[in-house]
Amino acid sequence: MGENLLEIKNLRATVEGKEILKGINLKVNKGEIHVIMGPNGAGKSTLANVIMGDPTYEITGGEITFQGESINELEVDKRARKGIFLSFQYPEEIPGISVENFLRTAKAAVTGEEQGIFQFRKLLLEKMAMLDMKEEYAGRYLNHGFSGGEKKKNEILQMAMLEPVLAILDETDSGLDIDAIRIVTEGIRKIASEENSFLIITHYNRILDYLDADYVHILMYGRIVKSGDISLAKEIEESGFIALEEVRNG
Amino acid sequence: MAKVKQDIQEPDRLVFDLKQDIDYRNKTWKGLSVELIEEISRKKQEPDWMREIRLRSLEIYKSKPMPQWGPDLSDLDVNEIITYIDPDFKKQNSWDEVPEEIKEIFTALGIPKAEQESLAGVGAQFDSEIVYQNMRNELAKQGVIYMDMETALQEYEDIIREHFMKLVPPEDHKFAALHGAVWSGGSFVYVPEGVQVDIPLQSYFRLNAPGAGQFEHTLIIVEKGASLQFIEGCSAPKYSVNNLHAGCVELYVREGARLRYSTIENWSKNMYNLNTKRVLVEKDGLIEWISGSFGSRVSMLYPMSILKGEGARAEFTGISFASKNQTLDTGAKILHAAPGTTSTINSRSIAKDGGKVFYRGLVKVLPEAVNSKASVSCESLMLDSQSRSDTVPVIDIRNDQVDFGHEAKVGRISEEAIYYLMSRGISEEEARALIVRGFVEPIAKEFPLEYAVELNNLLKIELEGTIG
Repeated sequence: MGENLLEIKNLRATVEGKEILKGINLKVNKGEIHVIMGPNGAGKSTLANVIMGDPTYEITGGEITFQGESINELEVDKRARKGIFLSFQYPEEIPGISVENFLRTAKAAVTGEEQGIFQFRKLLLEKMAMLDMKEEYAGRYLNHGFSGGEKKKNEILQMAMLEPVLAILDETDSGLDIDAIRIVTEGIRKIASEENSFLIITHYNRILDYLDADYVHILMYGRIVKSGDISLAKEIEESGFIALEEVRNG
Repeated sequence: MAKVKQDIQEPDRLVFDLKQDIDYRNKTWKGLSVELIEEISRKKQEPDWMREIRLRSLEIYKSKPMPQWGPDLSDLDVNEIITYIDPDFKKQNSWDEVPEEIKEIFTALGIPKAEQESLAGVGAQFDSEIVYQNMRNELAKQGVIYMDMETALQEYEDIIREHFMKLVPPEDHKFAALHGAVWSGGSFVYVPEGVQVDIPLQSYFRLNAPGAGQFEHTLIIVEKGASLQFIEGCSAPKYSVNNLHAGCVELYVREGARLRYSTIENWSKNMYNLNTKRVLVEKDGLIEWISGSFGSRVSMLYPMSILKGEGARAEFTGISFASKNQTLDTGAKILHAAPGTTSTINSRSIAKDGGKVFYRGLVKVLPEAVNSKASVSCESLMLDSQSRSDTVPVIDIRNDQVDFGHEAKVGRISEEAIYYLMSRGISEEEARALIVRGFVEPIAKEFPLEYAVELNNLLKIELEGTIG
């Protein structure tokens, strides 16, 4: 087992006074792929955004420790510079800023090093080829007028470029067809190493056919109600989340 | 028109704020009176008809009320404004002969350097009078005229008389009348038939005296099939008293001619910028307005294009950026007066720290202007909750054979977008700057290349300290 990367203890969080996370416990070590499943409204996206540091949410209890340090109070951009990345479920459209310029700015911010135009471009085109993206995407405005699938691919491209230590994927697979899922998961597999970890939030276990997940967690009603290996996902597929109701109650 | 790389050095506000301590005693006239106007006219040795325009304008000025629509002008007391400053110096055509203290300012603004490297000619006005004017020889040989208005009035009296304040008559509004009464300085440009001036001419207007007004008059005639790019720059150091700029620009674009008129206005934030600009475009002619408004306390500026000839075209591209204590009320007016005329208005406004930006525009299509096309896109972005913005695009179409498109948006900077950018390691300040730059990008790319750098610098200056 790799060294600990992320540890969440009894995390509680609210949005506009409403409690969404009601005591989450989760441990992610380096080199692991974790999957979080759960019904709509369970708090999956909230968990992802709270780890990233979305100021919309307020942490009302518990602690998030990343690489041994509490990050409860750390701003979003500083978390990103520590190596946390979130692939958004609904990425924002930013008109007027090209994908390339944006990523060059982001890469410079994350690494703390100026990015030479030509070197950067070479790297970008390489990663785009890996994700089967046309070159012209580099010049398009960030997510502006992109289809749902294009936006998701763009998130993975950003992940590939920024090389995070912890990548959280919030329903990156939803809205993608089988081919796109294959490309995206292939991308993840190529990036995955002993040095980084993935937290993959999904609604379906389709994506699990292409990834070797180490752990599956079921999130319901703001808590992780069950954890296990990949077989847990199969179980859910057969009997649905409802079957876990008794787990929660019992 | 050829785009020429140009280096207009405007590094930071400090340069604009340089002020020269010039002894203005016994050289200035405050307020307005028949005596003052007679005196200005006498000193300039003007023909009678010009003196009469001045006196008639004064009467009109007195008879008209202050405009009651738009920004608040109650703090502006024209009687307290120095309307004319008598210069000690004569106009020069070599920088070496320009008085040292004045040369210093223009050197700091990068004007002589830009002239050497990338301009076809330069005019520099300091307070009321043009202090420097020069143009490349080859243009003069082709018959191009570029001179200050006073000299033009002596040398080309007939042309001036035929065009002066004909597009913007003193009856137009109170500040046009004020301009007619006390105008001084400005440039006259004449491009003969078929002559292409590929490198821009630039006039730079500098108001140095505290509590003063600048009333320069610009008259440009681009004859049949000719083309010209003209750049206007404006700045002033900051004083605690109000300054006033009531310039007037009259442009004539003849058949098949093209004119690009660019302005980057960066007046200090005690300036009332009440400027009137108008162009008459004849058959198949093209006017391109490029307008960047960053400075002034109050601006009211709505360049108007009269598309008089069949197939005439107008394109307006503008950016306004209002910060604390600024009200920028800007826009464009188009009059489609002939068949097959085309106009495009593209405007972006930004407000921060309690600044106010308003887009005020008019597109009017007359009954005879069939088969015309017009499109208006005006968007504004507020960077915080104290800032204000609105758009008032008036559309008046009098025939049903017009292709018209319109888009107006007023919005606040999105917190979700900032979060998204920050989640990629970008700081909050940089995220805001990126969003603003993205917002103006579709417009900025229409700006001549030589302005791109300047525009970026100005945006950078304006955005600094946006995070409270």
